[in-house]
Amino acid sequence: MIRVAARRLGWGLAVLWAVATLTFVLLRVVPGGPFDAEKQLPPEILANIEAKYHLDEPAWRQYVRYIGGLAIGDLGPSFKYVGRNVADILAETFPVSFALGLVALALAVVVGLTFGIVAGERPGTGVDRAGMVAATAGVALPNFVLGALLVLIVSHRWHLLPPALWEGPRYLVLPAVTLGLGPAAYIARLTRSSLLDVAHHEYIRTAHAKGLTRGMVLFKHQLPNALMPVVTVLGPLAATLVTGSFVVEYLFAIPGMGRFFITAVTNRDYPLIMGATLLYAALLVIANLVVDLAYAWLDPRVRVE
Amino acid sequence: MSAGSSADLTFDMRARRVSGLSLFNVAVIGAVVLVALLAPLVAPYPYDAQDTDALYAAPSSAHWMGTDRLGRDLLSRLVYGTRTSLLVGLASALVALVLGTAYGAVSGYVGGTVDRLLMRGLEVLYALPDLLLIILLSIVVGRGVPGMILAISLVGWMTVARLVRGEILRWRERPFVEAVRASGAGHARILFRHLLPQTVGPLIVTLTFRIPAGILAESTLSFVGLGIAAPQTSWGSLAGEGWSALKFYPHLILFPSLAIFLTMLAFNLLGDQLRDALDPTAGSHSSS
Repeated sequence: MIRVAARRLGWGLAVLWAVATLTFVLLRVVPGGPFDAEKQLPPEILANIEAKYHLDEPAWRQYVRYIGGLAIGDLGPSFKYVGRNVADILAETFPVSFALGLVALALAVVVGLTFGIVAGERPGTGVDRAGMVAATAGVALPNFVLGALLVLIVSHRWHLLPPALWEGPRYLVLPAVTLGLGPAAYIARLTRSSLLDVAHHEYIRTAHAKGLTRGMVLFKHQLPNALMPVVTVLGPLAATLVTGSFVVEYLFAIPGMGRFFITAVTNRDYPLIMGATLLYAALLVIANLVVDLAYAWLDPRVRVE
Repeated sequence: MSAGSSADLTFDMRARRVSGLSLFNVAVIGAVVLVALLAPLVAPYPYDAQDTDALYAAPSSAHWMGTDRLGRDLLSRLVYGTRTSLLVGLASALVALVLGTAYGAVSGYVGGTVDRLLMRGLEVLYALPDLLLIILLSIVVGRGVPGMILAISLVGWMTVARLVRGEILRWRERPFVEAVRASGAGHARILFRHLLPQTVGPLIVTLTFRIPAGILAESTLSFVGLGIAAPQTSWGSLAGEGWSALKFYPHLILFPSLAIFLTMLAFNLLGDQLRDALDPTAGSHSSS
């Protein structure tokens, strides 16, 4: 198991290096630099700025400098937030996004599993049908639409919760629901269909035949096997939550990474774009690693391999 | 593959069970396509015509969906936005389909080291969330409609590639392929006449899911101001404009949102139904 983990970790680092290189190349290809947009700068000043950020050096040297910096956790200075390091900006904004994403993920898993199990236990009944219609609608509802509706109704009409900003637990509710509901619907659908798949197996019939109660069969035999596909999607789902945070942080004016990333793209703040991209990729690599390990822990057959 | 007769039977049962919901899908998708094609005929006003006497007007008989901050008719803008949104969704899905099929077919058919390298490359790209990659690419290829189509399809092809590779691997060692090979058919013939046709069913299903995914990506980016920009418009950019006036003029965001939601729902339901009908191995439980 440790060897598997070590191999995955090594591959994860290779992926991060590839992502860093890819982003570097992509952003080098872009016509125009980050300082073009401002009003025409005198050439001497422009030259000074470029020298300060090493933009006057050949591409390969910039690349070596960048990768070398990465190795010691230095992501370079921000182009737009003068005097601030990308690493500092990310260190400040990441915890906000992480907290939001974690709450949304917990919400998605709890709500999704509950609805999925309730529906999958009684296939074909009214509860099942209603739940699945809701889940299908939930999958099709873009999170910016959901967020706007929630703000309109809960904040503006009912005055129950704040419509924006990030100043305490009350401010977490609407963004977390906005971010987590789509994934919850997805998990509900997956759990239901996975439960139904497992229900046809012989060992379930055996479990029933030897006199176990419905609850025992469900929680001891059916659910552990049905959860495997759900665990598998949690990695990619973490990605959905991470990217969803672009929109949700924009909607609710939350000072997290997502909002800074959007601003960075608008401002062409290349170091910040690259730093944020790498952090997102690292998160995903870690999420998938955790899922792999959880998988090995849940399924003895994977562990042997 | 199960015996022919029982497969036919379940197929038939599914087809009948599905027809009730299909009406909704066909109606919504048909309406969207018609509106996009006939935009100048359907829209009551030009999309940029301003009615300065009716800024931020609520829905009325003159302006069914009200007007925006410049007094432009929202219904007309939504009609023209349909063109953009549908075009981006359709075109990005088709480009992704072509790219992904080519990549997946090469990877699956050639196999060996080539396959391993191609799959490793895919894994690297998978390490970035879709939306993030689309944003990065759109920095390079530009915004606007062609840029959006390109950026979205350059991300969407990956799912297609994996699917096609898997299908090719599944079919290429079958006896009938061996027979064709033994009879002297070349690689191109085997691939195009015998292997790729096997993937048509799953590909149609994937295409149906890629279209709403493209529409969603475009509208999300346009909503936050990283996609389609003025003077062009799309459902997402209309919703984005509505967002800034949410508190006092909610109609501006409600109508574009409704258009996005209904279209996404129709395509997703259609995809589910096509998957049940065309791919008997997936979703077999739903006929319980």
